[in-house]
Amino acid sequence: MNKIISKEYFSANVVKFTVDAPLIAKARRAGHFVIVRVGEKGERIPLTIADADISKGTITLVVQRMGVSSTKLCALEAGDYITDLVGPLGKATHIENFGTVVCACGGVGTAPMMPIVAALKKAGNKVITVIAARTKDLVILEEQMRENSDEVIVMTDDGSYGNKGLVTNGVEAVIQREKVDLCVTIGPAIMMKFVSLLTKKYDIPTVASLNTIMVDGTGMCGACRVTIGGKTKFVCVDGPEFDAHQVDFDEMLMRLGGYKDQEKEEMERKILHTK
Amino acid sequence: MNTRDEQWRVDLRAKIKAKDRTNLTRVQMPELDAEYRSHIRNEEVNLGLTPAQAMAEAQRCLDCVNPTCMEGCPVSIKIPDFIKFIETGEFLEAAKVLKMTSALPAVCGRVCPQERQCEEKCIHVKMKKESVAIGHLERFAADFERESGQISVPATAPANGIKIAVVGSGPAGLAFAGDMAKLGYEVVVFEALHEIGGVLKYGIPEFRLPNKIVDVEIDNLKAMGVTFINNCIIGKTIAIQELEENGYKGIFVASGAGLPRFMNIKGENLVGVMSSNEYLTRVNLMDAANPESDTPVYKGKKVAVIGGGNTAMDSVRTARRLGAEKAIIVYRRSEEEMPARLEEVKHAKEEGIEFLTLHNPIEYIGNETGRVTQMVLQLMELGEPDASGRRSPVEIPGKTRIVDVDEVIVSVGVSPNPLIKQSVPELETTKWGTLVVNQDTMQSVSLPIIFAGGDIVRGGATVILAMGDGRRAAKAMDEWIKNKS
Ligand SMILES: Cc1cc2nc3c(=O)[nH]c(=O)nc-3n(C[C@H](O)[C@H](O)[C@H](O)COP(=O)(O)OP(=O)(O)OC[C@H]3O[C@@H](n4cnc5c(N)ncnc54)[C@H](O)[C@@H]3O)c2cc1C
Ligand SMILES: Cc1cc2nc3c(=O)[nH]c(=O)nc-3n(C[C@H](O)[C@H](O)[C@H](O)COP(=O)(O)OP(=O)(O)OC[C@H]3O[C@@H](n4cnc5c(N)ncnc54)[C@H](O)[C@@H]3O)c2cc1C
Ligand code: SF4
Ligand code: SF4
Ligand code: FES
Repeated sequence: MNKIISKEYFSANVVKFTVDAPLIAKARRAGHFVIVRVGEKGERIPLTIADADISKGTITLVVQRMGVSSTKLCALEAGDYITDLVGPLGKATHIENFGTVVCACGGVGTAPMMPIVAALKKAGNKVITVIAARTKDLVILEEQMRENSDEVIVMTDDGSYGNKGLVTNGVEAVIQREKVDLCVTIGPAIMMKFVSLLTKKYDIPTVASLNTIMVDGTGMCGACRVTIGGKTKFVCVDGPEFDAHQVDFDEMLMRLGGYKDQEKEEMERKILHTK
Repeated sequence: MNTRDEQWRVDLRAKIKAKDRTNLTRVQMPELDAEYRSHIRNEEVNLGLTPAQAMAEAQRCLDCVNPTCMEGCPVSIKIPDFIKFIETGEFLEAAKVLKMTSALPAVCGRVCPQERQCEEKCIHVKMKKESVAIGHLERFAADFERESGQISVPATAPANGIKIAVVGSGPAGLAFAGDMAKLGYEVVVFEALHEIGGVLKYGIPEFRLPNKIVDVEIDNLKAMGVTFINNCIIGKTIAIQELEENGYKGIFVASGAGLPRFMNIKGENLVGVMSSNEYLTRVNLMDAANPESDTPVYKGKKVAVIGGGNTAMDSVRTARRLGAEKAIIVYRRSEEEMPARLEEVKHAKEEGIEFLTLHNPIEYIGNETGRVTQMVLQLMELGEPDASGRRSPVEIPGKTRIVDVDEVIVSVGVSPNPLIKQSVPELETTKWGTLVVNQDTMQSVSLPIIFAGGDIVRGGATVILAMGDGRRAAKAMDEWIKNKS
């Protein structure tokens, strides 16, 4: 049981929590994640540790409402307890001064990108963050990204805000404009796939943080497996970050869809119908 | 004096002639109807013996001068001693005898591969008769004690203030914790998952080992002063080194063999192909088959389980219970070589499980959404015995067949959990990743503060061996700590 110390809305569907977890606060580094479970019948879901305060013994989580489990978590208030929280999990991000780094994120990937952007900036990189969303209302964390980036480019599919176009259009504009030493991408698998194809064309090293389905998060089940350079890897222990150019995104896309029907059914039955 | 020489035992032996005892037929374990249970996930298949049945079965035991059965038991349970108490109806006394050696008799009575251990060595087998049902009797005595409400919390020595850490709460960790608590140590068990119990909870299903039985043991340990901390991964949340810095004087690593193996064949990452660990964790730990649970599980109609061990049997029987019309075991050797317990194979067959032995998958085929639809099986035949003494399977060239499936559960073994080794690189391991320890003391050969036991030392083994390791390690660690100070 971990107590929620504070709750703040970044937007209607994005919530920031600070949670009491002194041991994790001490052990974590950028790129690490935790597994949380809400309620005795809750699912174990992975969430990136956005920030930590060792002296207060707290960690920060930024949660985007997606399906049943993230909705249940977002419904908790300061003073409530998260049933289970375990971590830090995964390998930490390799942070150094690479030079100019483009951070391309969208959808479910914007929240986990935050701590990476901050760590890269702190290490002296020139950080250009590209946030993509379908439409204006879905653009999240823009302000927080601005605080930690040299430049933020917003892309919307419908052009209702920022520039019209896909995340790849934003990234390509930067590549054509200046020398990019590294690209980091987090988001829907399909988005990362196209970012990866683009940067490969320009021969820019690219790291993708993969958000596969997970159960235990400790290497025990294999639910999170992906193919990297022809070899099977477990995202929770070998990742979550990998050389994007080695990732078999088509397989990952396929595997992410594995429980779609059940997730949709549960969302309708447990959340939408009770409203 | 040897308990066998006590007057009541002498009299008891004299009451029925040995020959008449051998001629009694072995009791049958009452079980749930096969058709009924193949749809019910949470009811135990074996119902347990009645007191009358247990006492009748106990009469079959000859109270041998040289009880060979004990040689078959990895922890040398005093088998005739407890069985004779059952014969006279002193069930609580029988339970006491069990507890002298076994930390988890209700568990081992259910899941021990008895037919290959104690029961195989019973004198009856040499006389071409069915062995005494030692496992059933063990379960009876342990259950009787638990249900009597007279379960005794073992006495603990006065607290000595010495802190001991246990990594993992499976049978090895639980057994170790119990013994150390009895010796007066301050024991803290750290568990990575949100539940305590290791494989006993997340692996072995309710229909074979109800969780409440494991919970009673855990509550008992709590009553003895053992502290459990869940959601805490040693090597991640807390480093081994930090445990030392925080004053822990000994560390028992019982982190199990939790890493699932795959076969690295084409199509193995298709949707619907998963490890037995994933499948059983979803169903057992996360209760995914319950509509109230937020964790999803795919309920396949044509399910193939690859492998022939207990884990494979547990998976295939679970799939059947979740509604599989076809639930198939695919095993590359013949039934004779199957490592699963005989009872599990028998129960599986009664529940309508199909067995495709001498078949081995070489490829999975999927549809346009990436879901598995078929498997390609290579036909096999048996060749010469291999290192394990079992006849090794060899391919019959050119002979394959295709079978329709919508879910495949890969159950071809597990490897030791690498987390501890990653946290303490100087810890010596074998090329299989198991920790290297002194076989008698279970003490690490490279880092003396670390002792280890169970599957992390043996690879995938058994509950009784894990428990035995825990007990041996406790004894040795106690001596090591005392000699140091
Ligand atoms: C290492 C890692 C770190 C993560 N960090 C964060 C974080 O910091 N903040 C955050 O909000 N989320 C993060 N996620 C994603 C988060 O775990 C999922 O959003 C969550 O599991 C969804 O659960 P749910 O029950 O609410 O939705 P579900 O009912 O499971 O899903 C709802 C919809 O979202 C889709 N979906 C589910 N999971 C993902 C996913 N991982 N990627 C893309 N689409 C998905 C489903 O296909 C479905 O359409 C992370 C994931 C991983 C693997
Ligand atoms: C499905 C299945 C069926 C089986 N059936 C039988 C049977 O019928 N009979 C039989 O005798 N045996 C059976 N076995 C084997 C038996 O369960 C194991 O041999 C036994 O559980 C091993 O015990 P253990 O204590 O070594 O480890 P485990 O039971 O594996 O427990 C290890 C625990 O340590 C935790 N852990 C791991 N790493 C860390 C860490 N770094 N920090 C904190 N905690 C950690 C794990 O989460 C786990 O809970 C079966 C196994 C399975 C999977
Ligand atoms: S612990 Fe296992 S091997 Fe030993 S007597 Fe009991 S059932 Fe037999
Ligand atoms: S060998 Fe068989 S008959 Fe003899 S003491 Fe053991 S259980 Fe009883
Ligand atoms: S989530 Fe289970 S192995 Fe990665």
